[in-house]
Amino acid sequence: MRELQRHLADLIDRVLYLQDIKGEDWGGSSYLLEDLRRLKERIFELSEREFLDILKSLENRLEILEDRAARSLTPYEIVRITRNPQRFTLLDILENVYDSYTELGGEGENNVDPAVICARATISRRVGGKLHLHQVIVIGHEKGHGEEFRNGGSAKPWGNEKALRYMRVAETEGIPIHFYIFTPGAYPIEDYPGAAQQIARNLYFMSKLRVPTVAFISEGGSGGAEAIGLADIRLMASRGYYSVISPEGAAAIEGKLKEGERPSRELVEFCARQLKITAEDNLRLGTIDRIVPEPPLGARRNDYQFFKRLRYEMLRATDEVVLKTKSLKAFRSYALRRQKEEENPPDEFDVYVRWELSEVEIEKLLDLRSRKYREMSAHVLGRKKCRFRGYFEKTQDVGMRLYHDLRYGVLKQGQKMIQRVMEDLSGEGVVLLKQLTEPLKSAYDLLAARPKRTRPKVVSGEAAPEEATELYVSPLALEDRTVTCPNAEKHGCPDIWVPDLYGEFCGVCPNCGHHFPLEYEWYLRNIFDAGSIKEFNAHIASGNPLGFEGYDQKLEAAKKRTGRQSALISFQARIGGISLIVAMLIADFRQGTVGVAEGEKFIQACDRARITKRPFLAYIHTTGGIRIHEGTLGVVQMPRCTMAVREYIDAGGLYLVVYDNNSYAGPVASFLGCSPYQFAIRSTRIGFAGPRVIRETTGEDIPPDYHSAENALRRGHIQGIWDRRELRKKLYEALLTMGGKNLYYR
Amino acid sequence: MPLDNREINQLLQSLRANPYRLYVVETPHTGYLREFLVKEGDEVTGPSGKWMERPGSPLFVLERERNPKTIRAKISGEVAKVRRELEGKFVEAYQPVLEIRHTLTQKEIIAELLRKTLHIVTAPERARYFLAPDLAKRIEKEGEGRVVVKPGEELVIMSFMKRETPIVHQGEPMVVFRLFFSRGQMVEQGEPLLGLCLEKERPYVEKLIARVKEEWPV
Repeated sequence: MRELQRHLADLIDRVLYLQDIKGEDWGGSSYLLEDLRRLKERIFELSEREFLDILKSLENRLEILEDRAARSLTPYEIVRITRNPQRFTLLDILENVYDSYTELGGEGENNVDPAVICARATISRRVGGKLHLHQVIVIGHEKGHGEEFRNGGSAKPWGNEKALRYMRVAETEGIPIHFYIFTPGAYPIEDYPGAAQQIARNLYFMSKLRVPTVAFISEGGSGGAEAIGLADIRLMASRGYYSVISPEGAAAIEGKLKEGERPSRELVEFCARQLKITAEDNLRLGTIDRIVPEPPLGARRNDYQFFKRLRYEMLRATDEVVLKTKSLKAFRSYALRRQKEEENPPDEFDVYVRWELSEVEIEKLLDLRSRKYREMSAHVLGRKKCRFRGYFEKTQDVGMRLYHDLRYGVLKQGQKMIQRVMEDLSGEGVVLLKQLTEPLKSAYDLLAARPKRTRPKVVSGEAAPEEATELYVSPLALEDRTVTCPNAEKHGCPDIWVPDLYGEFCGVCPNCGHHFPLEYEWYLRNIFDAGSIKEFNAHIASGNPLGFEGYDQKLEAAKKRTGRQSALISFQARIGGISLIVAMLIADFRQGTVGVAEGEKFIQACDRARITKRPFLAYIHTTGGIRIHEGTLGVVQMPRCTMAVREYIDAGGLYLVVYDNNSYAGPVASFLGCSPYQFAIRSTRIGFAGPRVIRETTGEDIPPDYHSAENALRRGHIQGIWDRRELRKKLYEALLTMGGKNLYYR
Repeated sequence: MPLDNREINQLLQSLRANPYRLYVVETPHTGYLREFLVKEGDEVTGPSGKWMERPGSPLFVLERERNPKTIRAKISGEVAKVRRELEGKFVEAYQPVLEIRHTLTQKEIIAELLRKTLHIVTAPERARYFLAPDLAKRIEKEGEGRVVVKPGEELVIMSFMKRETPIVHQGEPMVVFRLFFSRGQMVEQGEPLLGLCLEKERPYVEKLIARVKEEWPV
């Protein structure tokens, strides 16, 4: 009888779970719940036989209902499954998938950040009756089953820093990492190390992490997911979601809701559908590699079959990463065998794969990872494959590379070597001579009246760049009126006449130095040498890869208004004769948001800088983050572009970032934030999430200057604040001091 | 400083008769007064928020050189004496436009009375302040508003960059009536630290405060 009681309680749980997902009065589930509860009350009136019969019939009803529910799941209902407190969490996985584990960097509530768990774990495989153990490091988010201190798996900046620390440990020890992503998004606070900056650092490190990595996504909330998501293979739970923004967040933006207003259920459902957040969608878009099947209504914490499957998938995925670095044949046969096992994974493996890699294999691993992310999402740009053009581009590339390697690699390297030897020799010579001449010199000094002090001569002169002869004046200056400085109350700034402000003053308040926004053309014309700008890739156009309803018109309008195809302009230019490659995100085109086209252009600009051995400048006129209308295709631009930046810097490049106006979210948390040299123009705002999102997520108000450049400087996110009027000079100085004699290569 | 009962009574009476303070809103500069955004009797609010980041209610629009500027309320209260005749006209700088009748709150009235009745010791420098240990011990034992300090006795210790300077009581023996800072708090220069009064005046001040608390709404 006790077992029957337990069974009944189980059924009640199942109905409640179903109601959680589909809503309380869906498909008559409330009647079923009532019947079950009534049965519970009559438990002592019925004989065991009668009880069992009724229970069986109710269970049948429930099964039919569950089946119907599973077949009619909408994307938003999948989100609800993922967020359900009954769903499995990382600790359940550590208990059930791994044989043993030791938590690192904290335990339970006593933790650097309880939302992030790092652990050393062992995972076993049976091969021919023998048990083999593998060491791995597990890093992931812990949502907890309703514990408040877990913060719902929302990692604080220091939690992500902890993750990075243990990635380093894994790299030192040469053991693979399993990432588990269960996060609704990163906790959007700027306290050191800063949400955006830390995610950028993680991405930068992961792009060349020298161990095999596998990521498993259950709840992949945008930037927070990427912080530990750049892996060699990305698996996804079949009832998980991976998205650029929560459906509620997207609904608030789409519905243009005011703060505190709740979006309607229909709008949220609509956004969830449009954002293409399910596992199937993501697999089709190519942002994940494989789906790990779950029970139709999602796996819960006691679904042991699912954990068995997950163990198999994690082992296989790690094997696959390792074997790909080895000879091709071995991998191919392995992959073929895997396809056969897809339906019914076996308990035993036929081979034991060692997960340690040699130096050569590590290089292969990094190369494969780079290629994987570079190809990810590039397919939506719909570049037609034309053999002739392919050859042409390839020859052009090879030609360019050869020329620059010769010019700045071989020749300059040789020249530099000779120079270095000469410098050493002359240094030695001076010391030798000094020993001989010193007695004579001191005698002379004694006799002569006063030793003459001469000024030290500068070895390599740094001339200031020529000022632009003709200043471009913004069309904003054509109005005859005055404007008020926003700091007028505080600093008593007088009203400024517009032709003065946007003309002579370059949009800067002469009293307090507040910078008024200027259009991007001003920078194009006044920062770079006249006539030096050569734009490339202007034809790569932003599209609507997800078919987001109503977005086509908005995009067309932006293209028509700006006369540009995307929010990023990439060009080659000169500043005071120094040639450099520039990528510029502009505010006029969809608020400088980054989608596939922008990402691709950024990568190509970065590659061009690497091949031509030029310094690379990212000038951010404004960026509003990742373009939500491109869903996860937009999100993967974060790891993609960071990968390109890492390769550029590793090859010896000088990467500078200059922020202007507003820079927020994804790009700051990846390919911009990872630069060692970031500067901001005065009156810039830099951050991860805007004030409203912070207030809604953390429940705390933030001061109005929370995102100011001064505060970013104070927190160490940027390295300096520049005046717009001096931007050209400052850039020139930065190129010389940071690049120095090694401007074109290291 | 002897307490002038008559003066205090007068003050109380005047406050009771007219528990408002009038703030005259003037034009900050010349320009055309384009439109009024409030009418007489409207309730307006001053800047609010933890950092005063939410601006006050808009009052009127003043335009100069095609730059329309919305003038906002600096204090909450009721709008009175709106000079409608100025609407659409050119106005000089510092010309009164309307008045805001700000109802004094209980806290503001008590602060006003205390400022009048107590002998206030202010902070001579921006520093951290601590009560003198002896005084702190006595206050802990006897309670706030009970301890009498004699001339030459240490009141407060000012501590800044490890340099400690005592502030000594001067004049007649007085009661420490109010503390305006907490232990080790950073106090700006010129801000009040202590409020003192003569022993015989203490019951009177206490009664005054009790009465204000009773009579005025919070």
